[in-house]
Amino acid sequence: MASYVEDTELRLGLPGSDAPASRGSKRSLPENSSAGDESCCRNDGSASAAKAQVVGWPPIGTYRKNNFQAMKVETMVVEPEASGLYVKVSMDGAPYLRKIDLKVYKGYQELKEALDSMFKCFSQGELSRKEGCNGSEYAIAYQDKDGDLMLVGDVPWEMFTSSCKRLRIMKGSEARGLEFRQ
Amino acid sequence: MVGRFRWAAMFPDEVWEHVFSFLTSDADRNAAALVCRNWNRIERRSRKRVFVGNCYSVAPTVAVRLFPEVRAAVIKGKPHFADFNLVPSDWGGGAEAWVEAMAEGWPNLEELRFKRMVVSDDCLDLIARSFKNFKVLSLVSCDGFSTSGLAAIAANCRNLRELNLRESEVEETCLNWISHFPESCTSLVALDIACLEGEVNASILERLISRCSNIMTLRLNHSVPLERLVGLLQRAPQLMDLGTGKFSARHNPQLFSRLESAIAGCKNLRNLSGFWEPGLTYLPAVYSICEGLTSLNLNYATIQNPELVKLISRCKNLRRLLVMDLIEDSGLVAVASSCKLLQELRVFPSDPYDAAEPVSLTEQGLVAVSAGCPMLHSVLYFCRQMTNAALLTVAKNRPNLTCFRLCIIEPRTPDYVTQEPLDTGFSAIVESCKDLRRLSVSGLLTDLVFKSIGASANYLEMLSIAFAGDGDMGLHYILSGCKNLRKLEIRDCPFGDKPLLQNASKLETMRSLWMSSCSVTLGACRQLARAMPRLNVEVINESGRGPLVAQPDNCPVEKLYIYRTIAGPRTDTPQCVWTI
Repeated sequence: MASYVEDTELRLGLPGSDAPASRGSKRSLPENSSAGDESCCRNDGSASAAKAQVVGWPPIGTYRKNNFQAMKVETMVVEPEASGLYVKVSMDGAPYLRKIDLKVYKGYQELKEALDSMFKCFSQGELSRKEGCNGSEYAIAYQDKDGDLMLVGDVPWEMFTSSCKRLRIMKGSEARGLEFRQ
Repeated sequence: MVGRFRWAAMFPDEVWEHVFSFLTSDADRNAAALVCRNWNRIERRSRKRVFVGNCYSVAPTVAVRLFPEVRAAVIKGKPHFADFNLVPSDWGGGAEAWVEAMAEGWPNLEELRFKRMVVSDDCLDLIARSFKNFKVLSLVSCDGFSTSGLAAIAANCRNLRELNLRESEVEETCLNWISHFPESCTSLVALDIACLEGEVNASILERLISRCSNIMTLRLNHSVPLERLVGLLQRAPQLMDLGTGKFSARHNPQLFSRLESAIAGCKNLRNLSGFWEPGLTYLPAVYSICEGLTSLNLNYATIQNPELVKLISRCKNLRRLLVMDLIEDSGLVAVASSCKLLQELRVFPSDPYDAAEPVSLTEQGLVAVSAGCPMLHSVLYFCRQMTNAALLTVAKNRPNLTCFRLCIIEPRTPDYVTQEPLDTGFSAIVESCKDLRRLSVSGLLTDLVFKSIGASANYLEMLSIAFAGDGDMGLHYILSGCKNLRKLEIRDCPFGDKPLLQNASKLETMRSLWMSSCSVTLGACRQLARAMPRLNVEVINESGRGPLVAQPDNCPVEKLYIYRTIAGPRTDTPQCVWTI
């Protein structure tokens, strides 16, 4: 049912490359069990529902019903870590954003290299190194769970990936302000 | 006053007030108030706590005038079946009239507890401004308000001790309402915000908790990540009741050990709940306090065996367990041998709509717990199969049951071994459990079970029936028996007009009766309303067939809600509700 939608979907990847579903959609990712997909569809109220549901039966509270969707997905996924950790990456001045899967990288070095190649076309030189912004134009920052803008590189990699909501490649001048704020 | 009681008249009112202050239960105070006019006057003038089980049973202004010294009020609104979407959302239960009357007549009000009421932000604002010594606000299963209203409460209630929003639906309009608690606020003892859908600023929460040194209950919502939970626990090691936020994170041994020691530091922890999106790797972090737990609520936690059983078996002092059917029969057998002090068990369905992967939870689990837990008196059990034999065993094992709610998920399911109705099983329950106060029946049932219930369930106060019975006699047995019945709720049963009309006076001894998708006609409702002026007979027809006034007597009634009241018909009925 979704195939023609995917064909017309705008993507940033090269034609033919897999563009994964964005985080937060109800449809589970390909690597999850098919049973998860099935039940997600069913709960979405698609016409394939085998039985018409009796109103208010079984007598479970509305609160449980509303959260049922979220709970169902959790039981299908063996470990929450199995699914991807996609975050948006924006770069000041670039016309569009990218999305990357943080799980794919083993550390900050790999992440920075990946971001370098992704945004090469927009920046004159390399993105900043971990040590500082001297001489380079950009710094990489991220937005954490509390909504605060933090400089990438201070905390252990695991802690970073679990709290990073969004990445932002900032222009040098603004980035220096960020460093001082630490 | 009768001659030999003249000595009583010699005591001034204050003496009787003092005597009455030792009566803690409402029932006792009610009884005292009925002795004579003097006691009635003295009792009601000195009453500090009032319980209104149906917000429409009395006019707010009347209640406030009758009991001028009230400090704590509990008011309940919508019928219980509203929890299952059977009551139209605009049915009523609005809190405005009550809050306005209270603001006017009870300026010293300290505690307000609403259940199933529609509470607007304006109400919350009025509460925040009207009661200078306000201490407790509890909104259970309520809706109609937003976090802006909560901000007003936080900002203005200087001595707030308890804010409880259990299972309420709250709109998120004010993002940082928690920051409205002033720096001077140090009085919080209990905070239950588990129902909130949005983000709660963990840093602000941490600062609030730090300065409230008496905080005992803290129930977080799913937005609080595990990393922040550590900080909160470190600041409140005196916690007795904890609802965790999100209970998973990327695998991080440092986080695990910090969490483990933070939890171990909470030596007074007795109640544990939350566990949103639980990650198996972090579960062992709570092991150290398991033995001290008396209440464990895992009913939203999708943990499976063996981890689930591993966790629960450590809780040797558990009195109360709420869990999903993922525990399965094997898990309940383990509970039966580990949790010998268990008093209350609730098992919820993980997959209520379609048993795509049926869970191995059957009648066996229930039987095991009934055999192994001698103090078990309250049961709520969702399952897919049952036998009369199992129910008979449960009845024999546990004559001390006070609450037995069994929900077999597929309506009209018979005994799966004999294919017979479950009449014998439920009859055994009511005959054996002489103190039964609350009962919900399910499965295939004939009128015979209602005969037993009517005859034997002498202390039954609340009865819920669905998809059961053969005809009018079923309802007649109930209404002509069950001496102490207060609340009766029925759906999808073939009960009609006759038993209602035959037992009209019974309805005035009860708080309320709900009937939906039964065989009641408009004519019977009209007769009933005429005969019983102190009942409100509300007919709810949502299919919009035109004004009920014009409909003939044989018009079927979709939903019926009858309740006793001294306030007369209410004035806030929506389009779909008619008070006959």
